Amino acid sequence: MTLGLSTKTGRLGETVLEVDDLTMHYTTSAGEVKAVDGLTFSVRKGEVLGIVGESGCGKSSLALTIMKLLPSNAKIISGRVMVKGVDVVPMSDSEMRRKVRWSQVAMIPQGAMNSLNPIFKIGDQIAEAILAHSPTSRGEAHRKAAELLSLVGIDPSRANNYPHEFSGGMKQRAMIAMSLALDPTLLIADEPTTALDVIVQAGIVKLLLDVRQKLGVAIMLISHDLALVAQMSEDVAIMYAGEFAEYGNSREVYHSPLHPYTIGLLHAFADIRKPKEKLASIPGSPPDLLTPPSGCRFRTRCAYAQDLCASRDPKLEEAFPGHFVACHYWKDIKEGRAPRTRSWGSTR
Amino acid sequence: MSQDGGEARDEVVLDVQHLVKFFPVRRSFSETLRGAKADVVHAVDDISFKVMRGKIMGLAGESGSGKTTVLRAILMLTEPSSGSVYFDGVDVTKARKGEMKKLRPRLQVVFQDPYESVNPRMTVFDIVSEGLFINNLVSSRAEAEEKVIKALRDVQIIPPEEYLYRYPHELSGGQRQRVAIARALVLDPEIILADEPVSMLDVSIRAEVLNVLLAIREKRGISILMVTHDLALSKDVVDDLAILYLGKIVETGPAEQVVGTPYHPYTQALVAAVPVPDPGGPQIKVLASGEIPTNISPPSGCRFHTRCRFAKQICTDVEPPLTAATPGHQVACHFWDLARQTYLSESDAR
Repeated sequence: MTLGLSTKTGRLGETVLEVDDLTMHYTTSAGEVKAVDGLTFSVRKGEVLGIVGESGCGKSSLALTIMKLLPSNAKIISGRVMVKGVDVVPMSDSEMRRKVRWSQVAMIPQGAMNSLNPIFKIGDQIAEAILAHSPTSRGEAHRKAAELLSLVGIDPSRANNYPHEFSGGMKQRAMIAMSLALDPTLLIADEPTTALDVIVQAGIVKLLLDVRQKLGVAIMLISHDLALVAQMSEDVAIMYAGEFAEYGNSREVYHSPLHPYTIGLLHAFADIRKPKEKLASIPGSPPDLLTPPSGCRFRTRCAYAQDLCASRDPKLEEAFPGHFVACHYWKDIKEGRAPRTRSWGSTR
Repeated sequence: MSQDGGEARDEVVLDVQHLVKFFPVRRSFSETLRGAKADVVHAVDDISFKVMRGKIMGLAGESGSGKTTVLRAILMLTEPSSGSVYFDGVDVTKARKGEMKKLRPRLQVVFQDPYESVNPRMTVFDIVSEGLFINNLVSSRAEAEEKVIKALRDVQIIPPEEYLYRYPHELSGGQRQRVAIARALVLDPEIILADEPVSMLDVSIRAEVLNVLLAIREKRGISILMVTHDLALSKDVVDDLAILYLGKIVETGPAEQVVGTPYHPYTQALVAAVPVPDPGGPQIKVLASGEIPTNISPPSGCRFHTRCRFAKQICTDVEPPLTAATPGHQVACHFWDLARQTYLSESDAR
């Protein structure tokens, strides 16, 4: 399945990441957990792609699969992950370390601020990352570390501080500095602002966009926060139970959502600009990926599910140029012709 | 219940007056030897507000603003350093044990994390009915069952009979939180204190829990005091909102007004930092510098002056009192009018 890549590469910017039909399972004593199931997408230079989904939908697993930082019980079943045209799936761990991680694809892991080692100075930790991956002198590495700190808005003199002397926001900035140490072409940011207060979060968002502007680095932003992703991303993928429900240009997906899950999510999300409104929930909760429902995985919660949804898994199809949706009835729903098979919305 | 015989609509259910909670910071051994003065964390520093019958009051602010401590102090889960909390004419902070025991069923709480707050070894029936038995509110198991079923139905656990003997691990996060609400509800409380009741839940199920809270308020006239950090949500759920900063209320009023047209530069910074779920919508703005300072030695004067873009000398010297700016809308800022006008002109521009 090479869906949509032709239409996507037609736009500006070279493709830095091309993921094709990627499937990854975890083997557990209870069975196979289908965490990432047939995902296809691409990210161009300097672009931000948002991956939105709820907990357990596989979005962090997707990031770890691309970085090949998976635990031993995980297995890439099929697919390709092309980083600047080279497939990383067959690469060994040492090859990944030498050729891809940090230098091509860097990751700001979830809860990154707690990944700093408390007993080393911030500057030393950044310099260490540089020294481990490139043949430079200690002095050069420290000079670069200071440069990176000032890029992320931290006074380079603070390089001599320990992590406990930094606030949460500053730690996150330092982690972003570290991720940029080897000039990666793609930055994977997994929930980069959770656990930060909203004003600090706003600063980090501005910083990431600023870094993208200055360095031309592409960003894959993973978040559960629809609003955060709307602020940052050109393209967005709505992920549900290991699959993409909808994928396309952000404006199109937010302004004319096609998948019932996207529609439901947007109704469930409070918008601070709007006057008081009633929020609607999507009944039920996401499925267990050990035994996902047959056919469409969203059908157990969907307001429009019919028999076909149980028997056949809808494929991601190009509904409009560059706008993909995986739903049998998207056209009927869009035109208001789809019958409601389940009541949705407020429990009041 | 009302003692003054006033109209039910304007009846005060909970009256918090000058609530203060300081936590002493542990001194090191050498500091103790030198007899150094112990530092104190000014978690809550002179906070007053009222919760009216049938209303939902929200406390919002960043982490470290003291919002959860206020809630814990009201429940006497942590003893306030000073101040009073009047509930039904009784000062909870001075109530004796027996008195408190009688008050507790009427003053209930729902905690943040439904994965931590319900006992995994108890069935739904045991969880919800525990309070009934402890407080001798039922004489038989059948009576308890009837009340539990009613409470479960009120929180949309349907059909309730089917859930009575299930364990928490068989429930989703949203269902767990609704069971926690049922546990509060079954005691027929006058007020429920909810500490970030949906922040641990996924977006698609937050509304189901919030709508349950709204429905029980509507149906039973129960007041709710809700701690939250989500301003967009509070605008949709809460009637009155108080914004806390370093242990003080800096602004309070009808939620829609406070969020829609914030007067205090801090509230403005909070609102401007909230992203909107619209790629073509306004961009977030950073209107306050730095991060919330430590409340061990909070800034002099106005506590926000270190981050405020309107700060002048007076803000360092004089603490602005919380005063009524417009009817029902109070703010603690020397320059709120300038701040408001600036904010409005900037909003027009964007």
